Amino acid sequence: MTAFAPSRPARRAAYVPSAELVPDVLSGSVLAVARMISRAESGYAEASEALAEIYRHTGKAHVVGITGVPGAGKSTLVAALIKAFASDGHKVGVVAVDPSSPFSGGAILGDRVRMSDAAQSCQAFVRSMATRGHLGGLARATLQAVDVLDAAGYSPIIIETVGVGQDEVEVVTAAHTIVVLSAPGLGDDIQAIKAGILEIADIHAVSKCDRSDAPATVAALRGMMTLGPGRPGSDWQTPVLPVSSVSGERVSELKDAICRHWDHLRDSGELHDRERSIGRTRIFGTARQLLQDKFKRDVAELDTHVQAVVSRTMDPSVAACLLLGWDNEVLA
Amino acid sequence: MTDSSSNSQGDGARARIDVNSPIRVLVAKLGLDGHDRGAKVVARILRDAGMEVVYTGLYKSPNDVVSAAVQEDVDVIGVSLLSGSHLPLFQELGRCLREKKAEHIFVVAGGVIPEHDYAALSDSGVDAIVPQEARSDLIVTTIRNLIAERGRI
Repeated sequence: MTAFAPSRPARRAAYVPSAELVPDVLSGSVLAVARMISRAESGYAEASEALAEIYRHTGKAHVVGITGVPGAGKSTLVAALIKAFASDGHKVGVVAVDPSSPFSGGAILGDRVRMSDAAQSCQAFVRSMATRGHLGGLARATLQAVDVLDAAGYSPIIIETVGVGQDEVEVVTAAHTIVVLSAPGLGDDIQAIKAGILEIADIHAVSKCDRSDAPATVAALRGMMTLGPGRPGSDWQTPVLPVSSVSGERVSELKDAICRHWDHLRDSGELHDRERSIGRTRIFGTARQLLQDKFKRDVAELDTHVQAVVSRTMDPSVAACLLLGWDNEVLA
Repeated sequence: MTDSSSNSQGDGARARIDVNSPIRVLVAKLGLDGHDRGAKVVARILRDAGMEVVYTGLYKSPNDVVSAAVQEDVDVIGVSLLSGSHLPLFQELGRCLREKKAEHIFVVAGGVIPEHDYAALSDSGVDAIVPQEARSDLIVTTIRNLIAERGRI
């Protein structure tokens, strides 16, 4: 059996050099923004200069991270927030991350199911992104996608992380304002005082507040807040806000809290610290990635060292140093 | 990565491109056709073939689907239609693609589509039609062949 597919040689599309896309990105062309994000995501060497040029036009947008367990209601909340921000006249950008398959490398990107109506009616730009093996809650190119949207004039830009567990807190060094979304019925007040994901919140939101067990979750989170000081180096009071994305109940309060936090960051000077921390993490992250790419390119050399480590003639630290071209003294 | 369909022809710029990035497909249901089990099965097949599949959900208009496809920068829109309204819906889909200057995106149709409509669908911009009794690998190779012919952009 065959598919019916008449050949259409005219459909072969030309490759537009990335440098030519930059002016269109800056003027907000949806096609150019979308294409540039793809090129960042695929790591096109040809696009790196264009992305560097785009980066010089960033730094205007308020970047908001939304994180929480799978099924907490992140996508639905983002859809509600798109509407709330758009009704204030904002041009909203969204990067929604879903996991790639560890087996095939493929992915089902389903966040759009919840967001397409909001995206359509509010002229928001929604981009789904697969992790492509990156751990920590984001994809490798998430921040480059944010750069492209920032340069194109979108703000706020909402990053929706993959559904996370307790420790995938990478978003904290990617966004200015972190909303941690908790769903009711998933744990007691001991869950609420554990380290990790709950600590990074600038705003706690509790989803599905139309459910009867939501007040208990709100109370557990509020109780946790009273046990000790908040984030070091900040006098921001982290609010705990119940929301219902489906009914739209109290979504505007959450939107107001997000805006208030942005004002706080700018007025208190904390924004500068966050920008520094974001910059530092991005340099480290990229350096790590470049090293990994380099190791993977020199497969033969890597294999030699893997063999030596497996046969116990060399330990992993020495192998790593040799791959880096450092001598062993670095370890001393 | 398992996706090996990319071609290596092309100019200097393309030669430096990472040809292994996954093919992106938007799987859509158009109009009042509420049966999406087939679409979900297809999404799963494409995922397992190493593609990134954006699923949009039910009851979308051609304009919704094209807007989403442009933002997601997909290579292919795959539409499953069982309702019999394929002719007007694909016509409108083709028109929206031209209007948004997104004709580089391929359209693959599947579902219940009688053979006597193939020519008309082809005229409205459908690039390939996969018959309902097709095996899963035919869907995958049809998409890979389309991308291989066009090249990555």
